[in-house]
Amino acid sequence: MEQLTDIYLTYQSTIGYIGINALLALSIYVSLSCGQLALGSAGFAAIGAYASALATMKADLPFPVALLVAALLPALVAVPLGLPVLRLKGVFLAIATIGFGEVVRLGLVNWDYVNGAQGIVAIPQKASIWMIYLAVAVTLFLLWRVRGSKWGFALEAIREDEPAARTMGIPSTQYKLAMLVLGAALAGLAGGLEAHFTFMVAPNGFGFSRVVDMLVFAVVGGAQVFWGAVAGAAFLTVLPEALRELAPLVGIEPGPLRLLVNGLVLLLVILFLPAGLVSLPRRLRERRAARKAARAPAGGAGAAA
Amino acid sequence: MSALLSLRGVERTFGGLRAVDGASFEVAAGTVHGLIGPNGAGKTTLINLVSGLLAPTAGAIELGGRAIAGLPSHRIAGLGVARTFQSIRLFPELTARDNVLVGQHLRRHPSLLARLLLLRSAGEEARAAGERAGALLALVGLPDRANEQARHLSYGEQRRVEIARALASEPSLLLLDEPTAGMNPVEVQGVAQLIRRVAADGHSVLLVEHNVRLVMNVCDRITVLNFGKVIAEGTPPEVAAHPAVITAYLGSER
Repeated sequence: MEQLTDIYLTYQSTIGYIGINALLALSIYVSLSCGQLALGSAGFAAIGAYASALATMKADLPFPVALLVAALLPALVAVPLGLPVLRLKGVFLAIATIGFGEVVRLGLVNWDYVNGAQGIVAIPQKASIWMIYLAVAVTLFLLWRVRGSKWGFALEAIREDEPAARTMGIPSTQYKLAMLVLGAALAGLAGGLEAHFTFMVAPNGFGFSRVVDMLVFAVVGGAQVFWGAVAGAAFLTVLPEALRELAPLVGIEPGPLRLLVNGLVLLLVILFLPAGLVSLPRRLRERRAARKAARAPAGGAGAAA
Repeated sequence: MSALLSLRGVERTFGGLRAVDGASFEVAAGTVHGLIGPNGAGKTTLINLVSGLLAPTAGAIELGGRAIAGLPSHRIAGLGVARTFQSIRLFPELTARDNVLVGQHLRRHPSLLARLLLLRSAGEEARAAGERAGALLALVGLPDRANEQARHLSYGEQRRVEIARALASEPSLLLLDEPTAGMNPVEVQGVAQLIRRVAADGHSVLLVEHNVRLVMNVCDRITVLNFGKVIAEGTPPEVAAHPAVITAYLGSER
């Protein structure tokens, strides 16, 4: 028990970040679930982080209210953003939403009231690990209930063939907008939690590379199912910690090693596990069954001879 | 009989090409209406115009007296139009049953709250929908393929799942775009019976088809298109004897 407590204290920050990254990965996943590559989550997280920090520090609002603001403000921003950009498809939507994220980041860099590029420091540490995991759990519950429902089928249909889905009476634009708004709320909530977990926020923490990280979490974990995003976030958040121990042994700095290994993991997953890490057990089962099937007739022939 | 669907001077151009060139005809309620014509006559374009995948460049389309030309396709579906596709467009990763469940979108009215609170009514609604989907798959002759992914089904099976998916919205007008393409004669026979049965249940059918025997057997009336224009219309025997139709299909003697 004492050992467990020690582990918890040593890795508290990693444990918290697994949850925060899971929320961010889920914010990308919800748009992917209806086939949209929307990458505005870093911008939405920044809005949530700054709004909640200002809410607790300047407006003295209670933390739950600040978190509500962190989720609702980006969700509100997502509506006027989504109406025009969701007309774009594929990589064009990705570019437009990345552009939105950069606008938010540069806006914050140039906003003196929040200290520009230096960001806000000495934010009260109000987010505890149970709050982070409660948010993850509520989100997973919501996605679990949507899966297999009328709305879940509509999202899958839009992902697979949007024009065909529309001929079934599915208003695809509304669904895509709803998922963008939900993703924005999740990213904003993650940002609000992060700001009150790490004492500080700065614009450069919400740049292009951050949203790429979120996408990689979702893809490496598996973008077909909602728990894939969580698995990817957990795996790729723990991995650098393991590498930190390993780095001195191979004589590479931990920072570059992390980028190298992340890239390698992404490459391997795309090549060999296109449905992500969560499909690994199924793939292993299928391979074992295939090998058994290949052996069985040969054995039978041998016995007959 | 009153017209369920009526087209007046419908035109659709693609650049310089007039795919549909002033087509006018009516589909009476509760009938099977054939739409035939040589390749490139504009049949599929016309289906796309009625279902809202394309907007006409001119002309009027009315469904039950209501103008639908140019409405978005999900609105037209909401008014009671369902369709299948010439190039099959099932959702390949979903099972046959789930494809039909998607088709039920307009007919399902579950409560989000009941679903979030894990109420029994939510489970019952989903089970009832699943049973309806199973019944539709049985209707098209695929009762034991419900759990198969659509991409693993044979060509003929996929076409029948598409019909089941279209019927799932309980449409007043069903648009079938070459439903027997690639089917063997036994399967074609099954589709012919299915179409008659669907019509007997009160759905109107607009059938685009190359299989002339099927069209002659199941249709109440037939409209013939060529180069985007209506060149003949009438009952199957009338159309079969129409000189313009014979010329369009076989060419003139000189």
